[in-house]
Amino acid sequence: MKNYSRRKFVKLLGGTGALLSASSLLTGCGKAASARIVIVGGGFGGSTCAKYLRRFDSSLDITLIEPSSRFITCPFSNMVISGMQTMDSISHDYAAQADRGVNVVHARVQEVDATAKKVTLDNGKALEYDRLVLSPGIDFKWDEVEGMQASDAEIIPHAWQGGSQTILLRKQLMAMSDGGVVIVAPPKNPFRCPPGPYERISLIAHYLKQHKPKSKILVLDAKDKFSKQTLFRQGWEKLYPGMIEWVAGSKGGSIEEIDVATGTLYTEFGDTHKGDVVNFIPPQKAGAIAQHAGLANNDGWCFVDQRTFESKVHKDVYVIGDASIAGAMPKSGFAANSQGKVCAAAIVSSLRGVAMPEPSYVNTCYSLVSPDYGISVAAVYRHSEDKGIYKTGGGVSPIDADATYRSQEARYARGWYDSVTMDTFG
Amino acid sequence: MKYLLIFTVFSFCSVVHVSDALAAGITRAVMLSNSCAACHGTDGKSPGAIPAIHGKSSQFISQSLREFREGKRPATVMGRHASGYTDEEIQLIADYFSGQR
Repeated sequence: MKNYSRRKFVKLLGGTGALLSASSLLTGCGKAASARIVIVGGGFGGSTCAKYLRRFDSSLDITLIEPSSRFITCPFSNMVISGMQTMDSISHDYAAQADRGVNVVHARVQEVDATAKKVTLDNGKALEYDRLVLSPGIDFKWDEVEGMQASDAEIIPHAWQGGSQTILLRKQLMAMSDGGVVIVAPPKNPFRCPPGPYERISLIAHYLKQHKPKSKILVLDAKDKFSKQTLFRQGWEKLYPGMIEWVAGSKGGSIEEIDVATGTLYTEFGDTHKGDVVNFIPPQKAGAIAQHAGLANNDGWCFVDQRTFESKVHKDVYVIGDASIAGAMPKSGFAANSQGKVCAAAIVSSLRGVAMPEPSYVNTCYSLVSPDYGISVAAVYRHSEDKGIYKTGGGVSPIDADATYRSQEARYARGWYDSVTMDTFG
Repeated sequence: MKYLLIFTVFSFCSVVHVSDALAAGITRAVMLSNSCAACHGTDGKSPGAIPAIHGKSSQFISQSLREFREGKRPATVMGRHASGYTDEEIQLIADYFSGQR
């Protein structure tokens, strides 16, 4: 509904009582035409949300704010680290977003003013919004790590955000001599991509087996169990016998302190481990802007209405992807893609004052144990008021599957990457 | 006259709401089917190794999904996915993708 017709109606109505009720009604149904949506973060959540908002409503004024001109995905970065793929193959630009009329701004958000409904960018510009979507991914809890700070990731890479960290870990592995020890230290829950560290361990083993077969991988885990554990360990025994040693958190895997200069890790039990390459993945929290905007809880993650992803803290602000607390859904690129679509539907429905149909969410995490050996975990979710997002179906790859099945899943893992990146960035 | 006008505003608004909802295309079928796109591509148009499902007959898609769910059709991940949907939801998904060209 256009503004002129709103004015015409108001003029026609005359009487003040009628004016009040009519104008509030008309604001409700007239707003969608020029609504300004600002999305912060151009990863799986934010990019998908922008695309599906545009598909649902071609009239929306959509701005996507992302510092990088190319997004480097965490999914498949383990294939780069192990030398199976190039950085270019996991990098995606924003040309398709611009083509569909999404205003892509390469800047960083410095301030969110949820009262004035405005974000301020590091280029000095300010943008007003009707709805704000934050998809900021993760940040690290460096204050919980003794002996290491953010800048030390240049020496001990986490490689848990795609980009220069990915390249650094790759280079360190290439520089290591045969017979060296690689330490991988996965974080406590919750963290981005639950099976990710174990796929990484698998593919580093694949690289070492080919090029440095006398080397070992020591896994010092903060946890006592991990995603697809039985399947991973079966794969490790089969493909990389004797190469990988996994230490559970309660059995001495939990790290107390790190000496960055010497690559030494001190465990809770008082043991000392020195790695030739150390991949310490720090404990995590929602991305910095979510913390700064006051959207995160004491543990560092954001409470949302799991039906719409609207923040429990600020009205008209939505948080999707890793940063959000999304019930049974894991923190994954796939989950962020799924949430981006639900959030887009929720925003358009709310702008139009109509009820959104029951949402449906999904996740699949494929992991490669070797280039020809894939495993997966899949889940379908729905929402209820009392349970939030809960699982209604799914499961993991069977433990007794044959080589053909594993090879087929490895093929589908690559097919998934092609599809999800097209659905998100294409 | 005033009441008549208020009534008009109400009716006009609800007409706008219905047509907006349709124009936006946010149906239950869309909410369900959008989930499939992450693996099968936007609108089911897969660019890679996972089968494209756009434009397949509704009968083929619904029967495949039911057979996946019941373990009667060989699958890797699809049996696990199909386990999360009811017959009615499977029909909505099948109708949606059969309509994509």
